Amino acid sequence: MKILVAVKRVIDYNVKVRVKADQSNVDLNNVKMALNPFCEIAVEEAVRLKEQGVATEVVVVSIGSKSCQEQLRNALALGCDRAIQVESEDGPDSLSVARILAKVAESEEPGLILLGKQAIDSDNNQTGQMLAALLDRPQATFASEIKVEDGKASVTREIDGGLQTLKLTLPAIVTTDLRLNEPRFASLPNIMKAKRKPLEVKAADELGVNVSSNIALVSVEEPAQRQAGIKVSSVDVLVEKLRNEAKVIA
Amino acid sequence: MSILIIAEHDNANLKPATLNTLAAATQIGGDVDLLVVGANCQTVAEQASKAEGVSRVLLADNSVYEYQLAENVSKLVVELSEGYSHILAPATTTGKNMLPRVAALLDVAQLSDVIKVESADTFVRPIYAGNAIATVQSNDTVKVITIRATGFDPVSAEGGSAELVTLSQVIASDKSRFVGEELAESDRPELTAANIIVSGGRGMGSGDNFKILDGVADKLGAAVGASRAAVDAGFVPNDLQVGQTGKTVAPDLYVAVGISGAIQHLAGMKDSKVIVAINKDEEAPIFQIADYGLVADLFEAVPELESAL
Repeated sequence: MKILVAVKRVIDYNVKVRVKADQSNVDLNNVKMALNPFCEIAVEEAVRLKEQGVATEVVVVSIGSKSCQEQLRNALALGCDRAIQVESEDGPDSLSVARILAKVAESEEPGLILLGKQAIDSDNNQTGQMLAALLDRPQATFASEIKVEDGKASVTREIDGGLQTLKLTLPAIVTTDLRLNEPRFASLPNIMKAKRKPLEVKAADELGVNVSSNIALVSVEEPAQRQAGIKVSSVDVLVEKLRNEAKVIA
Repeated sequence: MSILIIAEHDNANLKPATLNTLAAATQIGGDVDLLVVGANCQTVAEQASKAEGVSRVLLADNSVYEYQLAENVSKLVVELSEGYSHILAPATTTGKNMLPRVAALLDVAQLSDVIKVESADTFVRPIYAGNAIATVQSNDTVKVITIRATGFDPVSAEGGSAELVTLSQVIASDKSRFVGEELAESDRPELTAANIIVSGGRGMGSGDNFKILDGVADKLGAAVGASRAAVDAGFVPNDLQVGQTGKTVAPDLYVAVGISGAIQHLAGMKDSKVIVAINKDEEAPIFQIADYGLVADLFEAVPELESAL
């Protein structure tokens, strides 16, 4: 079985973002970029499924400008077999990404498609679900455990009240939650080897997908800033303040 | 304009997030229909018909909908979508799971986690873990939106008298099957609806130590939450996680115990009215947003707090 993993290049999760002065967007110039943490977990899971003998090949795909090749090489160094970059303007919306991924899936015919549950920049949490809809395949979102046997995937999902397990008929789409696994680090020899692994570049219009969006970004602003309050000297002072000043407890 | 809301429920009770979503719909304006999809969920439909501002309750009650699997519920919603200008769901795990599937089937984009309605086509939503606030305009014919409950005050659960319409469509899903679930049992208020939350982080040291928060939570009638570090370390189950990838809360009082205050945690709680931090590291970032900070060893401060209450 082939596994397709979709990855996204995003701002590093430790970076505090700055909004541009003209409020057109956040400022990504000279900011450290990285593989989206949820995508990293998806890559790790695909590689583990290959190591278990469930998958025969892991193909990683990313959509964006040439710079996302850096994240594709990163995924190759972590154990993916080959990469596809779909060249596009940066920042297509989730539906466009899902349409592109659907085209890639039609030609690659993977048994399982793994994605992160959300990208930490747009925080949309949509692409996997949209892809499943476009391909008319079953989905399991927010996965914390995946077992594949007999053409089915048994997936435990993190839901609001606890955990839920679903059984999906393959081919299927699964999006990863943080607790699915602990991603490995790429070793230097693997980083060197990754440079020789195949990386194919396709254009979005070559796939027949129009990446225009019906959603316009009007403005981006800084959130209202909370000011630091006061430090209290003891528990008794704290309780007194909460009762009489903040009036949040009886 | 006319709006369809997919109700959040557990087949027995309508969940409060539905009432916050109704408030968002009221701000958009127009007739509001509430869809209740589930199995043996007649009582939910009755509760839904009493909620303020609902014109009609559409009830799809069939065993195939028991666990609200995205595969069939999304198809049902698409069948019903004719004539609606907006389709809304609360941004819970159920809403997040199903609504993007609806949007893709309708060939429209989706807006996630909306916190403010500017107009019928313009909405506000947080991006980058809440470190930037985006105003977005949708030109789609149908606006498909999940609503962040903490952004809207709930409408009243009583006083409405919506017409109840029973639907006959039965859409089975043959490629996805429910196997089982493990739901955390708790007598405490639900995290996302609690007025007071006491949360523990890595500083708690172990799962057993979390019990010292229980005493404080009991006295305050509070819910207990956790940071990702505490969940990852196995101290508490994941459904207690507050943050960018867990639950978003905005209680009157949030007490952060042994939590450093990483960006990802702040994303889930920084709209709380009053924030208290108890941490022995006075440099911890949590103190930069806390209204009241106490630099102290939590193992001394928490029991002291319990007896002072």
